[in-house]
Amino acid sequence: MTPPVEELTGVAAIDPGIDDLIANSARNRQNPPSKDQTMIINMGPQHPSTHGVLRLVIEVDGETIVGLAPDIGYLHTGIEKTCEAKFYQQVVPMTDRIDYLCPMTNNLAYCLAVEKLLGLEIPERAQYLRVLFNELTRIQSHLVWLGTHAMDIGALTVFLYCFREREDLLRIFEAVAGQRMMTSYVRVGGLSLEPPRDIYDKIRTFLKNFPAHVEEYEGLLQTNPIWMNRLKGVGYLSAADAIALGVTGPPLRASGVDFDVRRDMPYSGYEKFQFNVPVSDVGDVWARYIVRMQEFRESVKICLQALDGLPEGHIVADAPKIILPNREQMKTQMESLIHHFKIVTEGFGVPAGEATSSVEAPHGMMNYYVVSDGTAKPYRVHMRNPGFATLQALETMCKGRLLADVVAVIGSIDIVLGEIDR
Amino acid sequence: MYDPASAIKGKQAVFEAHPENAAVKALADLATDAKFDRAELTITVARESIVSAAKAVQQAGYNFLEDVTAVDWYPSEPRFQISYSILSHKLKERLRLVVRLDGEDASLDSITSVWPSANFYEREVFDLFGVHFGGHPNLRRIMMPEDWKGHPLRKDYPVEGYR
Repeated sequence: MTPPVEELTGVAAIDPGIDDLIANSARNRQNPPSKDQTMIINMGPQHPSTHGVLRLVIEVDGETIVGLAPDIGYLHTGIEKTCEAKFYQQVVPMTDRIDYLCPMTNNLAYCLAVEKLLGLEIPERAQYLRVLFNELTRIQSHLVWLGTHAMDIGALTVFLYCFREREDLLRIFEAVAGQRMMTSYVRVGGLSLEPPRDIYDKIRTFLKNFPAHVEEYEGLLQTNPIWMNRLKGVGYLSAADAIALGVTGPPLRASGVDFDVRRDMPYSGYEKFQFNVPVSDVGDVWARYIVRMQEFRESVKICLQALDGLPEGHIVADAPKIILPNREQMKTQMESLIHHFKIVTEGFGVPAGEATSSVEAPHGMMNYYVVSDGTAKPYRVHMRNPGFATLQALETMCKGRLLADVVAVIGSIDIVLGEIDR
Repeated sequence: MYDPASAIKGKQAVFEAHPENAAVKALADLATDAKFDRAELTITVARESIVSAAKAVQQAGYNFLEDVTAVDWYPSEPRFQISYSILSHKLKERLRLVVRLDGEDASLDSITSVWPSANFYEREVFDLFGVHFGGHPNLRRIMMPEDWKGHPLRKDYPVEGYR
């Protein structure tokens, strides 16, 4: 159900002569254009709207896109190869750097896979805190998406407002993990630190104010005719195409597939939380915008439940041979000192086998596939990042649209090149 | 802690323990080996039957190809393990299909005809492991430059590179 294009442009109504132009334009031409009619345009590797080094080879007929091929690999970090040379616990800081907008989600996904291999039981308090900070990370990531998406289309104020709220969250992360972006907060077996006692009030204050900010963004954008016309009917993706092309997360739900890993295959205690999964069957850039705006509100709901239900207890599992002892224990107990020394110098062995963990990251489904050969270093770590697959759908979304729409579509799929060019 | 004895290994044992599983039913003829470990079902199929296995599980309701990746078990043979992670949105279940390949002749058929999303995944495996996918529409390097020598994620590729 492609929304009608004519209704949205509004130009036909103003100038009746333009009807003929539209009818004769390449978009409506019966025969595909021959090679001598088209032109290849390279968008990127450096382009303000690609948010990283992404090159798009676009074939245009006039201004209409007839073909598009993403070219990636400019940012190769060799992270999967490097993981094979590290101890299990040393991989956690590397996962931060995969997707710098949701480091905690990456930490969690990796740790879940290793914990599955080990068969570790995680205390409930750690699970609640993991959920809490994962949802705050989702809000943070969506704020960057909304800000940069709006900026690409020309609404700079929203960008500044979003980064103002993001700053509050980064301060919370800094107080909790000691780092604003590369948090490494989630560790195998639990969390790295008990959060400071006063942080819960700060989070509550943020959550109390945040819904009003979301309304503020909506007020700025949804009363803006330029914003509406640039989004509605652009970048259509059907549910069947989305599934065939491997799209996950908000773009998949905006195409009408009601699937969310948090609800349907719960991990880290998500089954205890009540929340809705926003779904839209329109499938365009506008629908993806709406789905993510609703996710802001659902994340706030989950965070409040996590704060209210936060149980007392330990933040790490009871496994002294795997989890570093705390500083005080290490200084006073010989056993703990030995464990500390051995974990740092020799790592810990993981029973042989393979495990896949799957989490709902802000951009979509993120899987970690960890293979162990029984030693202290992972034999293979593979990351299934949502952006890599979603990028394949870009051509389907952009074909037949104008060159300027590519900018809107890239913003709507919310890619981070760090996770694509592993 | 994890107890390795809890895993169910072997085709016969898995197929007896999970007779109602949709993937088990669909792959009854094609599977050569199976494993149910850490609540994850892994079914091994022969190289020749990967496309028909993919079609069979797709018809059984596993509608979403999440990922294709490889593990290099160098120097043992068969060297490569190609793992397909397949999800069912409706059943809310995951399946891992595995194909084992010899190092000498690391090639198998592409499943892009079943799931177009395999395009990028298979290109990645081709680029980083040097496994050839027959029938792939555009089997070129995706991450490394076109003229790069070697396949970085192979175990005999040094961390520092050849040069």
